[in-house]
Amino acid sequence: MIIELGHYALVLALATALIQAWLPILGARRGDRALMELGTSAALASFLLVAFSFAVLAFAYVTSDFSVKNVWENSHSLKPLIYKITGVWGNHEGSMLLWLLILVFFSALVALFGRSLPETLKATVLAVQAWIAAAFALFVLLTSNPFARLMPAPGEGKDLNPVLQDIGLAIHPPLLYLGYVGFSVCFSFAVAALIEGRIDAAWARWVRPWTLAAWIFLTAGIAMGSYWAYYELGWGGWWFWDPVENASFMPWLAGTALLHSALVMEKREALKIWTVLLALMTFSLSLLGTFLVRSGVLTSVHAFATDPTRGIFILAILVLFIGGAFSLFAIRASHLKAGGIFAPISREGALVLNNLILTTATATVLTGTLYPLVLEALTGDKISVGAPFFNMTFGLLMLPLLAAVPFGPLLAWKRGDLAGASQRLFAAAALGLLVAGSCYYAANGGPVLAPFGIGLGVYLIFGAVTDLVLRSGLGKVAFGVAWKRLSGLPRSAFGTALAHIGVGITLIGIVTVTAFETETVIEMKPGATVDAGRYSLRFDGMRQGRGPNYTEETGHFTVSRGGVTVTEISSSKRLYPARRMPTTEAGIRTFGLSQLYVSLGDATNGGGIVVRIWWKPLILCIWGGALVMMAGGIVSLSDRRLRVGAPSRARKSARFAVGAAE
Amino acid sequence: MIRVVLAVFLCIASAMPAFAVNPDEVLADPALEARARAISAELRCMVCQNQSIDDSNADLARDLRVLVRERLMNGDTDEAVIAYVVSRYGEFVLLKPRFEIKTMVLWGMPVILLIIGAATLIIAARRRGAPLAGAPLSDEEKEKLDKLLRS
Repeated sequence: MIIELGHYALVLALATALIQAWLPILGARRGDRALMELGTSAALASFLLVAFSFAVLAFAYVTSDFSVKNVWENSHSLKPLIYKITGVWGNHEGSMLLWLLILVFFSALVALFGRSLPETLKATVLAVQAWIAAAFALFVLLTSNPFARLMPAPGEGKDLNPVLQDIGLAIHPPLLYLGYVGFSVCFSFAVAALIEGRIDAAWARWVRPWTLAAWIFLTAGIAMGSYWAYYELGWGGWWFWDPVENASFMPWLAGTALLHSALVMEKREALKIWTVLLALMTFSLSLLGTFLVRSGVLTSVHAFATDPTRGIFILAILVLFIGGAFSLFAIRASHLKAGGIFAPISREGALVLNNLILTTATATVLTGTLYPLVLEALTGDKISVGAPFFNMTFGLLMLPLLAAVPFGPLLAWKRGDLAGASQRLFAAAALGLLVAGSCYYAANGGPVLAPFGIGLGVYLIFGAVTDLVLRSGLGKVAFGVAWKRLSGLPRSAFGTALAHIGVGITLIGIVTVTAFETETVIEMKPGATVDAGRYSLRFDGMRQGRGPNYTEETGHFTVSRGGVTVTEISSSKRLYPARRMPTTEAGIRTFGLSQLYVSLGDATNGGGIVVRIWWKPLILCIWGGALVMMAGGIVSLSDRRLRVGAPSRARKSARFAVGAAE
Repeated sequence: MIRVVLAVFLCIASAMPAFAVNPDEVLADPALEARARAISAELRCMVCQNQSIDDSNADLARDLRVLVRERLMNGDTDEAVIAYVVSRYGEFVLLKPRFEIKTMVLWGMPVILLIIGAATLIIAARRRGAPLAGAPLSDEEKEKLDKLLRS
């Protein structure tokens, strides 16, 4: 019964979405306040209904109700509770329901926190959100119903794919979807601006926090997914340029560009039309990503053709929304007034360069991802586009961008002084070169490009610090004054610096791991030792074990350095009987920012086992940098400017007084 | 990312997981082995999804790795090895497609976009350039300004 209620709630959610989709916009046209306010209540109602529906599905999973087909296919009564819950979105139907839940969640947020928005804008935004929600609710109900029943109910479930029984799965998809779907708000704002034919700095001030929030979540989701694949796959890779990864990376790149262009728009009223276009593109890429992942078109064009209902449905949604939005843009963009002029060398100019390169990079990833599909469909020729292609093209595009990053914040708005900025960055650049030089010396004959990559990272970090130092006047004025100035800086300045420092840290991690990691593949018998990095590992032997729904063989290793035992590592291979599926659980130990990574292979005839050991120097910088970028986003999000009803001079002067007292 | 993990596991689900390069495949000469690894990273495992033969555990990938090493032992250059593999398995095996007519758009995209983007920006900047300087005041305006300043 409860299951049917969940199903029915979803149908009701579709109904409320349909109401929300046109009554508020009608109200906005007619100036009817009652109709416009209907949008707010409908958005909240939709959210509550979908949340209920989702809770029902979760309940079915927790209670192992195998009469529900979706639960039977993806769960098992012996599965630990946490994986019963995360299993809700570990499958197609459940994950689409999660997608919808997050979409209506964002609509509800706009409804709740959008009180100070102009009424007509808010009504239109909510209506556009509802178009998307209605389309996806229909998709779930018609093609991916998670509430379908089985008769008679089976006694035991088929279990969740063991690879997905991991805490990484609990966090990764919701974060990714919060990012993906968060951009829907920017999309709706852009469409609303086009419909109203009006756009101003207030609009940008509204769009920027949403973009930031979505961007923070997407950054977290991508980093999390990367780390999950790193430890779950058992072969030490952390980024594969797989089409599915690209599907999440493209909205991130476009979103990063949007973040920067919205800044120009808010501060200087320039780049309006471009910002609207970027907002449309970013969410379109999110939709495209959903299509690519959910339609099965990537595995093979043929897989897509055998069961086309879902694929065709999402393709229709894709065409409708992307096509519709861009047509609207073509018709209405000329109504938006362009404003704000600036010289090429200025902060605006730097941000335009950022946008140019990021958009090109997005397009490059897009072309590379879709090219094999399109080429095969058009000519029948099969080609592959993989990591070597992306590393080369994307890497080359990133170099000038990264070199330019520290200049951006140092240039003045409207008209900047390039020579002056270069002079001020001299210290950071020199430091970068110095570190590059010493790396080269240390590696002596090692890869030549790597030290310069690391140097570029150091330059990024200190370039960002330079900006803060210069703004505070540290070293030129008394320390107290500098401290006061520093604490008086807007939080967004710190956000920028942190985010750019994060980029530098990630870059250092990537370059170091790529260039200096060591890999040893060796057959080991108990008692054998092998060196990895500065450590040596002794193989102590295998042990059998048993978990709640799997059996495992674990290899034990003792790690020592200079003859002194430091720690132990155990690495295992598991077998999940329900699906007859093996997995590897790599043994990972962290030393500072570096890691030792041990993975087991086949047993050999002589009683030994094949072991693969990596020393991964500074690998944690890759994800640590992402965390710092996120922290930058969060700090920037907390900027007074972005908080509603912010200005309060009294508090600011109080803060200055405190700063002086210190 | 889930798909990546799944795809990789699908690729090996049939057999127990081993991993890509096994000790018995490794060449004695480190320089030759390094070349073999570099070549392997550029070649696609045909039965997997988006994996190089260096990363893949599939049998076919193993056969190809051994083949690459055999050719290297016979004294082939890197290019010759790749050309040989392509002649047997087709261009599908290359993870970095060659620059040809059919891949022109693929390789050209970044360059074309950068050029178009830069050109658009320059044209836009030129168009805006004029008002940035500002038109000189007319006599009438000068008079007004003088009045304002004097008052």
